[in-house]
Amino acid sequence: MSKVRQVDLGTPAVPGEASVNVVVDGMPVNVPAGTSVMRAAATAGVDIPRLCATDSLEPFGSCRLCLVEVDGRPGTPASCTTPCSPGMTVRTQTPRLEKLRRGVMELYISDHPLDCLTCPANGDCELQDMAGVVGLRDVRYGLDGANHLDGATDDSNPYFSFDDSKCIACSRCVRACGEVQGTFALTIAGRGFGSRVTAGAGESFMGSECVSCGACVQACPTSTLQEKSVIELGVPTRSVKTTCAYCGVGCSFVAEMRGDEVVRMVPDKDGGANAGHSCVKGRFAWGYATHRDRQLEPMVRERITDPWRAVSWDEAIAHAAQGLTKIQAKHGVGAIGGITSSRCTNEEVFVVQKMIRAAFGNNNVDTCARVCHSPTGYGLKQTFGTSAGTQDFESVAHADVVVVIGANPTDGHPVFASRLKRRLREGAELVVIDPRRIDLVRSPHIEAAEHLQLQPGTNVAIVNALSHVVVTEGLVDRAFVAERCEADSFAEWEQFIALEENSPEATSGITGVPADAVRRAARLYATAGNAAIYYGLGVTEHSQGSTMVMGMANLAMATGNIGRTGVGVNPLRGQNNVQGSCDMGSFPHELPGYRHVSDPAVRAIFEAVWGTTIDPEPGLRIPNMFDAAIAGRYLGMFIQGEDIAQSDPNVAHVKAALGSLELLVVQDLFLNETAKFAHVFLPGTSFLEKDGTFTNAERRINRVRPVMAPKCGKQEWQVACELATAMGYPMDYAHSSEIMDEIAATTPTFARVSFKRLDAEGSLQWPCNDAAPHGTRIMHVDGFVRGKGHFVDTPFVPTDERTNRNYPLILTTGRILSQYNVGAQTRRTPNVQWHHEDVVEIHVHDAETRGISTGDPVTITSRVGETVLRARVSDRMPQGVVYTTFHYPGSGANVVTTEYSDWATNCPEYKVTAVELAPTSRVPVTDEEMHAQHQPVAGRS
Amino acid sequence: MSGEPRPCVDSPTEPGVAPAPASLVRMANQIASNAAHKPHDVAVQRTADHLREFWHPSMIRTLESYVASGGEGLGPIALEAVATLR
Ligand code: SF4
Ligand code: SF4
Ligand code: SF4
Ligand code: FES
Repeated sequence: MSKVRQVDLGTPAVPGEASVNVVVDGMPVNVPAGTSVMRAAATAGVDIPRLCATDSLEPFGSCRLCLVEVDGRPGTPASCTTPCSPGMTVRTQTPRLEKLRRGVMELYISDHPLDCLTCPANGDCELQDMAGVVGLRDVRYGLDGANHLDGATDDSNPYFSFDDSKCIACSRCVRACGEVQGTFALTIAGRGFGSRVTAGAGESFMGSECVSCGACVQACPTSTLQEKSVIELGVPTRSVKTTCAYCGVGCSFVAEMRGDEVVRMVPDKDGGANAGHSCVKGRFAWGYATHRDRQLEPMVRERITDPWRAVSWDEAIAHAAQGLTKIQAKHGVGAIGGITSSRCTNEEVFVVQKMIRAAFGNNNVDTCARVCHSPTGYGLKQTFGTSAGTQDFESVAHADVVVVIGANPTDGHPVFASRLKRRLREGAELVVIDPRRIDLVRSPHIEAAEHLQLQPGTNVAIVNALSHVVVTEGLVDRAFVAERCEADSFAEWEQFIALEENSPEATSGITGVPADAVRRAARLYATAGNAAIYYGLGVTEHSQGSTMVMGMANLAMATGNIGRTGVGVNPLRGQNNVQGSCDMGSFPHELPGYRHVSDPAVRAIFEAVWGTTIDPEPGLRIPNMFDAAIAGRYLGMFIQGEDIAQSDPNVAHVKAALGSLELLVVQDLFLNETAKFAHVFLPGTSFLEKDGTFTNAERRINRVRPVMAPKCGKQEWQVACELATAMGYPMDYAHSSEIMDEIAATTPTFARVSFKRLDAEGSLQWPCNDAAPHGTRIMHVDGFVRGKGHFVDTPFVPTDERTNRNYPLILTTGRILSQYNVGAQTRRTPNVQWHHEDVVEIHVHDAETRGISTGDPVTITSRVGETVLRARVSDRMPQGVVYTTFHYPGSGANVVTTEYSDWATNCPEYKVTAVELAPTSRVPVTDEEMHAQHQPVAGRS
Repeated sequence: MSGEPRPCVDSPTEPGVAPAPASLVRMANQIASNAAHKPHDVAVQRTADHLREFWHPSMIRTLESYVASGGEGLGPIALEAVATLR
């Protein structure tokens, strides 16, 4: 078998220099102080038998299989729990040890079903391996005595089963759930022979708090916890390293395959972002890639009311090219444009923006990052000089205080959340700034020091109040500011922020947060040692999203919390490649590497390589495109892998815009909501077929490797090249690596990036150039990218979206763990078992006054639209605020969101919509009803 | 609530791909109000710089002709900022 088994050294690495010399079975080895004898032996190439130890977990010392002899010491200590001491001489194979180990194995096997040949883990079972390693030949105890062979199987989880009869009570699953995942859903109930693994308080896995991350399945040495896909398909025969295509954490995986069928996805221990962990989406929810709904043929139609007609690639591309060219001939070069996708690879995005700038001949390119993190790009560029987060994820392990603002990491960025929770359990303090009581505020072994439960839309008032405390209570890191920041902009800002109007007392009327809580939080942050800010869309998706990003940057600079491990200002990016799509020049005013189109020197670089001229003026942003389309001036559009008719605000407006286009070309896996308005449909590729790179929230460029050929016959970048060529601008690459070479040649922060180097180094964090050939873990270490840190005044300007008598509640939106954004992928997996419809959460008081109970259908009405959802009465929301997700097209959360947006970037204000809720007899629209609205494909039943 | 898009009031004289003045007015005012805590001329300058850096030229042209026809609804900072763009 060519399947790669990931190396397991038995116990976790201990940080520090190798300083302790020991000898194991005659082999000298040098390890850091505190390293276990087991790990030292494995490092020397000597594998000590073990069952309860694995290097992702702290040693436990329960199975007694790893016993060793140490010269000069009595007894046979367990090597997993015994640290090396200088000069130790260890023996791992002696007649005494062999006998002891055989005795231990005999006991295990005497209580284990002997069905190895038909067991799904046959060939992939540590118990089986160990029986072989210790040379077990016969078992003296029969099966007549008490045993566990009739243990029940729990099949409740859609992705893995728990077969109690095979459990050896090693507790690896229990420890994985606690230490790695931080959920603590499992315990060992009972004692001695009666010890059994139990989920929750004796419920099924699905009935417990289990979040289906799979860490326990991965840790289990037997087939007790087993992926159902392995039970169904058999053990894998080959493997390919690749990257998750869901969220911005960007977890690395080993795709384990049989032929071109995925058997399971195993998180890669060497993954820079995830270090061997994952969440339910990445590990299990990949079935959408082969779902029958996937549209694999190109299709065209004249009118959006016509049925679709499946055509050849050539015909579809010719149709799109002719249509776009005709529009330009009639209405001008600027009458068409396109949107790139944060779900696609860097190479695919680069090629699409190149097609727009070079073949379309304008800068009308934007990306879905417009609707999520465009304020991050703007705000961090203004203050620090670069449009990206400052740290790697590992940095959180060194933070003393963590401030989480407008993010819900346990749902949105689960693997980062596990890292964060581990650090919080070690004693770091947590401040949560969020209108909603997210899980992090209180969860097993974690309690936030402060939860500033502010009114939606008042972030800037809070960050100003925090900075006000820092400035007026003498908590500024004067040395840092003097050395690293601009004196004049700091002086101006200091004066502004010290104004009484920014004090916690003055702002508490706006934010609803008690002044003393703000003061405590500010002191905690400023005096922490290492204080780090992590934030999400609850920061950016506001009318002052950019201001808030700059406000956090000011706070971090003023307290010296920038430029080293454990600190920083860190966006938790929503989509897998939202960082990359921004890096690749997806914004209408910026070429790749965030360089303004008006800069002739930058244009010259691309003009030389592309052999064409580039428009020096910024193009249209997405909302401008919609407005222009409705005004009849923007008529042709190419949309790459985005469902803007579901994901963008005020969908009635979006649909009106899409409906006024003469030609809409959609490239996607599925016929999504946007495709209802399309004239040309081009099939796309799933991440299992793509060959390229994704860049995660840490600026980490990871390889995405194909595990199967493109199901539609072409890579997406090939399609963009063919469309550009058909429009008269030839574009051609032999392989996607050549696209990365072009990116590296034109974009200084990527200068030393290539597929070859990524394959050799695993991943690279940009900037990666001659100054930093192995990439950059932490930004702004010796100086800010822009030189000196720039402070920006951040006056609080309330949003125009106000509550009133007709719309007295504020609706804010978010997402949950098991579903992903518009749900196109996760809705096509068994993840629907956790979340089969969106609901609206409402405070008990607001519910009571409206006569609403949990489960009731309610109308949500804003000044732009109305939708129907079921209610859930919840005490997570403050009074006056309601909350929903937007994973199902039928729920139409964005039917009600408005066109208000961030002042600097037009990022929509999703997080604040004034609404009213009322009970209704109508029922929410189902997924099936939404799907039925698609026109059929001609000739297909 | 019908869910229908609101009508677009547009300048019939201005070619290009710009959105309707109503939304341009709202956006320009919003930019201005985020600079309004500064002395008037600095606020005007900041607003103008932002428009120049991020707005599509046809949006600027549309706003300019809207200002020429009275500029109703634009605040004083935005109004002056547009005037400096010429
Ligand atoms: S799947 Fe994850 S959360 Fe569930 S029991 Fe296993 S480790 Fe715990
Ligand atoms: S389920 Fe697996 S990991 Fe958990 S105790 Fe049993 S054998 Fe060990
Ligand atoms: S945390 Fe994000 S990147 Fe990692 S497995 Fe889950 S969805 Fe994928
Ligand atoms: S591996 Fe050391 S006691 Fe189990």
